[in-house]
Amino acid sequence: MPSGGARFASVLRVNTLAIARGALDALFTALQRRGYTCLGPTIRDHAIVIDEVASTRDLPEGWTDEHAPGSYRLRRRDDRALFGYVVGPNSWKRWLFLPEERLWSIRRAADEGFVATDAEPGPATRYAFIGARGCELRAIQIQDVVFGGGATAGAFPDPGYTRRRADVFVVAVSCVVTGATCFCASMGTGPRATTGYDVRLVELVGDEHVFLVDSGTERGRELVAELPTRAATAAELAAAEGALDRASHQLRAMDAGVRELLANSLESTRWDEVATRCLSCANCTLACPTCFCSSVEDVSDVSGEHAERWRRWDSCFNPGFSYLHGGDVRASTRARYRQWISHKLSTWFDQFGSSGCVGCGRCITWCPVGIDITEEVGALRRATP
Amino acid sequence: MKIHGLDSIIASHAFFAGLPAADIAIIAGCAENVRYQAGEPLFRAGEPANHFFVVRTGRVVLELHPPGRDLFRFTTVGEHEVLGWAWLIPPYRWLVDARALEVTRLLRFDGACLRGKCDADPKLGYVVMQRFAQVLVKQFNHLQLQLMDIYGRDG
Amino acid sequence: MGATAERALWPRPYRVVRTARETHDVVTLALEPMTGAPASFGPGQFNMLYVFGVGEVPISISGDPAHPEQTIHTIRDVGAVTRALCAVEPGAIVGVRGPFGTPWPVGRALGGDVVFVGGGIGLAPLRSAIYWVLARRHEFGRVAVVVGARTPEDVVFSAELAGWARDLAVEVTVDRAGPSWHGHVGVVTKRLPYLALEADDAHAFLCGPEIMMRFSVEELLAAGVPEGAIHVSLERNMKCAVGVCGHCQLGTELLCATGPVYAYPRIARLWTVRAL
Repeated sequence: MPSGGARFASVLRVNTLAIARGALDALFTALQRRGYTCLGPTIRDHAIVIDEVASTRDLPEGWTDEHAPGSYRLRRRDDRALFGYVVGPNSWKRWLFLPEERLWSIRRAADEGFVATDAEPGPATRYAFIGARGCELRAIQIQDVVFGGGATAGAFPDPGYTRRRADVFVVAVSCVVTGATCFCASMGTGPRATTGYDVRLVELVGDEHVFLVDSGTERGRELVAELPTRAATAAELAAAEGALDRASHQLRAMDAGVRELLANSLESTRWDEVATRCLSCANCTLACPTCFCSSVEDVSDVSGEHAERWRRWDSCFNPGFSYLHGGDVRASTRARYRQWISHKLSTWFDQFGSSGCVGCGRCITWCPVGIDITEEVGALRRATP
Repeated sequence: MKIHGLDSIIASHAFFAGLPAADIAIIAGCAENVRYQAGEPLFRAGEPANHFFVVRTGRVVLELHPPGRDLFRFTTVGEHEVLGWAWLIPPYRWLVDARALEVTRLLRFDGACLRGKCDADPKLGYVVMQRFAQVLVKQFNHLQLQLMDIYGRDG
Repeated sequence: MGATAERALWPRPYRVVRTARETHDVVTLALEPMTGAPASFGPGQFNMLYVFGVGEVPISISGDPAHPEQTIHTIRDVGAVTRALCAVEPGAIVGVRGPFGTPWPVGRALGGDVVFVGGGIGLAPLRSAIYWVLARRHEFGRVAVVVGARTPEDVVFSAELAGWARDLAVEVTVDRAGPSWHGHVGVVTKRLPYLALEADDAHAFLCGPEIMMRFSVEELLAAGVPEGAIHVSLERNMKCAVGVCGHCQLGTELLCATGPVYAYPRIARLWTVRAL
């Protein structure tokens, strides 16, 4: 896991290509020709959310977002950038780790007890993720480990996730803007997208509105070869590098020693303090691109002949999450907040081999009372002798 | 069959371990071997408490039978365990009944006698108090755990 | 050993071949798969038992690992699913998913002394390890089984305990008793200092209410049992049993993945933190 602030070698190679903004729709049609349903950022209900997009017309052209703890607003830019914002309230996880999923359905059978009623499910929708940021790609990798059976050394990969994940085409966008709640630089996950993409774009809005484009896989290279591109100029490369560098100067940063700090802070009085503010509303876990907790529900029909098991998103902040022997083990907000942040930044390492946080800042922005995960860690650090 | 002197029996018991031989001799002077049959009472609630016991073999149960309610057995005291501390604290009265559950052999110590010797020798008194404090603390902790009803439906 | 990926995710139908009532709220079920062979298991592992359309619960296997033809589970009625399981009749169908979890490392105790401490229903997962030891009794030194329960009527496997007492030192103690009980009254921890064990050559396996285990471990450590030789079985809310739902966390550990059986040092700090 790269430490915060590490400088990467220039990831824009000399043979990076450029594509004009006006020609970018060719990217969409090339993906659609291949049978992909495109998902990308679009404006809905005064927010930039991920949803189905058919062309550049659906992108939030000329918009940016203003993030602060507990606050999110859209604002008009003075240019027509297509990706001039950072992250919205949802993330790619809802297409890979479904909010609701039927795990199996069965019916009673006289001789065999019960049998599965579903044949193998049909092919999953093939999605293309357009506009995935570096932090988001890292989040997908983290969930790949969780749902690949990471906790059990690969013994029990999740079939649904594996199937949906298998053929996702990723068009990444490296961030040339940064948000006030972003701290990806200190987490080593951004602003550059460095891994896990088929095609990568960097947007430049200057005299010309162009996208630098390169590929990370063979199929990405093949797709780019179908687009109207030219070689990127040295000036364009320098401008992109400059913008990416500027985007890595962020207001917030995560403590580099947070794993150990949280492991040693289990009895800190800071937990009492944050518990006076935290509503246990679970917004952070819903917005977070790596949170994976779920619950299962077994249902049967009125006749009692058919039964199904459904898996639904759950949250460690929900009452009953830690129910045992007549009560919740973590009955207080204090205990639940401690669990969430300790898991995200510390015990995730023990369970899955990395941090669970990618520094996207969503939990800060979408906390209704503005609790800031970096500020809480900072307070714990100051409280440590 | 070798008849052990009380000194050596007492000295080998964990409760008295490490005491100098002179102290052992003093304590032994207050001690005697006793035996109870199964079901035989050792003492009853309300009676004067002038003894404490060390169980050599067998088992003693501490119990109370409130009027109109079932007999309640608090705890059993078995081999090597110490029984009785009411002799240490005024008004020197037993609070519960004690009964042997099976044939039980004990060392019975004359509490009044030992109190006198402790008054005369405060160093000995301090050691005896320390040892009993340990017994009491352990018993208290055990009873707390019993009180938690950990096997209850929600435990 | 353990569940293959298929056995991990879908319950297999098993038929109830025998039920036995252990106490007023504890039942033992003997199950056989409708098709195929039952999975082999290690002592201390658990299955997710499914009641059609009602739900699933994690239940330790309480049978003999040398005889996996029947899958034996001892279940206490504490909720909707366990109540349904305690009420099944022979011939009923129950779903079984598993086995999961880490087993008791009983093999490490070979050649030395062993103490099993089981509180309440905690004796059930220990029973499979006790069977393993009984099957090779001569390969162990002194073996003690200390059983704690609320009242004499709540002691599980009480008839079997009498049989074990021929080969093992069995001690039963209850928290409260009436006039018909002539055994120990008092907490399990009280029995531990009096077990005649070679402490530094002994292994201990504990299962029961967490408070009971914590205090028992203190006694065993004080008696000189090395902390690495002490193993406990923990319990938390469990839904998936395959390490993806997040419910069974205790600090660094996902109990279904790295537990439920743990060597004491691994969880020594975790289980003293309140509401972790």
